[in-house]
Amino acid sequence: MSADHTPEHVPDGADEPRRARGFGRRQLLRTGAAALGGTGVGWVAASAATGATGPAASTTATGATTTDGSAAGSRPEVGMRTVAFHGAHQAGVATPPQAYLTLLGLDLHDVVDREALGRMMRLLSDDASRLSRGVAALADNEPELAERPASLSVTFGFGPRVVREHFSGTSMTLEELPAFSTDRLEDAWGQTDVAVQICCDDPLTLAHCRRMLLKDSRAFADVRWMQEGYRRAVGTEAEGTTVRNVMGQVDGTVNPAETDDDFSRLIWSEESGFEGGSVMIVRRIRARMESWDKVDRAGRENTVGRRLDTGAPLTGTKEHDTADFSATDELGFKVIDPASHIARATARTPEEKFLRRPYNYTVPDVSRPSGEDAGLVFIAYAADPVKQFVPVQQRLAELDRLNEWITTIGSAVYAVPPGAADGEAVAQHLLAT
Amino acid sequence: MPSTTARLRALAPLTALALTAGVGLTACGSDDAATDAAGDTSTSSTTSSSTEASSVTVTDPWVKAVDAGDMTAMFGTLTNDGDADAVLVSATTEAASMVQLHETVETDDGSMQMQEKDGGFDLAAGDGHELAPGGDHVMLMGVSDDLLPGDTVTVTLTFEDDSTLDVDAVVKEYTGADEEYSDGMDEDSDMSGTDMSEGSDS
Repeated sequence: MSADHTPEHVPDGADEPRRARGFGRRQLLRTGAAALGGTGVGWVAASAATGATGPAASTTATGATTTDGSAAGSRPEVGMRTVAFHGAHQAGVATPPQAYLTLLGLDLHDVVDREALGRMMRLLSDDASRLSRGVAALADNEPELAERPASLSVTFGFGPRVVREHFSGTSMTLEELPAFSTDRLEDAWGQTDVAVQICCDDPLTLAHCRRMLLKDSRAFADVRWMQEGYRRAVGTEAEGTTVRNVMGQVDGTVNPAETDDDFSRLIWSEESGFEGGSVMIVRRIRARMESWDKVDRAGRENTVGRRLDTGAPLTGTKEHDTADFSATDELGFKVIDPASHIARATARTPEEKFLRRPYNYTVPDVSRPSGEDAGLVFIAYAADPVKQFVPVQQRLAELDRLNEWITTIGSAVYAVPPGAADGEAVAQHLLAT
Repeated sequence: MPSTTARLRALAPLTALALTAGVGLTACGSDDAATDAAGDTSTSSTTSSSTEASSVTVTDPWVKAVDAGDMTAMFGTLTNDGDADAVLVSATTEAASMVQLHETVETDDGSMQMQEKDGGFDLAAGDGHELAPGGDHVMLMGVSDDLLPGDTVTVTLTFEDDSTLDVDAVVKEYTGADEEYSDGMDEDSDMSGTDMSEGSDS
């Protein structure tokens, strides 16, 4: 699995219009980085939906929430955090990854045309807009489950068929990803018409949002797959800590940050009619844990090119040290194996960078000796995957020591339209009739 | 849902279609037709500011999706922000041949039954009045065309002083509203000749 990802939590939607943050009488407090442990987190901390105001819970340097002891020991700071749904970009792309994921793969019914897809997006956007604010969806039978948004974000993407047949008024085009030699794709995880990425720091809130979106999409689409994933629960580690994958590796040290000069160029599309959109790449990567168990620590470290304990490259001592792929040992061998994952994955041109936003998965599978199927729901965003992602993946398919233990079983790509303005639906202009 | 009015204010430049598209919460006065882009408030903009319609807003109006010929209902929250009481006495829509104001009451045998609300819905000054599945609602009978999820249905509310308010309600699939029709009638049956269509007298 990939091993490059910066730890910074990029400010969420820092360049979004200010108006996108206004929610009527609901009081929103935009907390600064200092209040959140100095990690540069751009979360918008909302006060209680009842309109109660008060100081945001303070946060320790390690990111753990503290209480002032005056509120019966429970300030629901994490539960009341919100991520703005409306803005220049869709939420859930530059948004620091929340703890839990469900990715829905939907196939539109044959009769669903552009007009009907537009109706679906009105309903789903309205659900997402409300639930992201901690407000019950329209006709929500369980409104109490909406009261803790817990940084809920919903991100909509559209597969190549939808882009070809239904989008208008844009120069944006999208082709299926090419076949990679190491892929062992299963139809069950294949390309769908629509993807809905739901991310949240609370699994119950996420489940409620998923249910509303499924209810409001079933008149238009069938569910092909649901991919659930997880990272660390909030509070388990300091915010900004690079997540580990199920194989134990620090995964995601080198990753574009929104503060990088080239972030916008790399992530946000500049195609006409699609400015501020992006492309979502989804790869379901199974890890063969039974055989990985047989590899000792030295073997594991050489496979990836990073130390297991710190995540530092084998030529460095700290996680964010720059890997030196030319360094040799006393015998003249490269310290970082040229066939290791990071040696093969590292960008060789300024174009070969993309934003990775992966989640681990572990699902019961009693047909396997381990009793489970585990791996990574690899999600990445790039303005142009053909230039940015495909060359890297082709290089990995040609040679990557990690390939002995991982297999890609699902692959899909989705056009992620720009964010919707307040009161509008995602893709509204692309689906205008 | 206190945010509705504020959100509508922010949407002034948009067309009414866009308003209903993204939000599904619009309610425009009959004097500024539903296609009017104004919408800087969700209340009616009748010339006299003292009409009942001008005092009432409808938040989060929605209608259950049904096929042509079936019956359905509009739900939402009516709020009277004016200084005087208002009474919603009737409603009409091009989407259905007959519209009634219904309440849900408990019968002698303990079951819940819908019936036409005598005298309409009283909306005291400053109060809200919820229309919800299992409670009060605006009943649409004899739906002329399929009401498709995501569509918008315009329902015209008429108040005691004859002022009117057009409400654009978003259509949603909703199975819970089946309970509306479960008492004493088959949901799929035609509404003609049933208790429902004849109101409380039957």
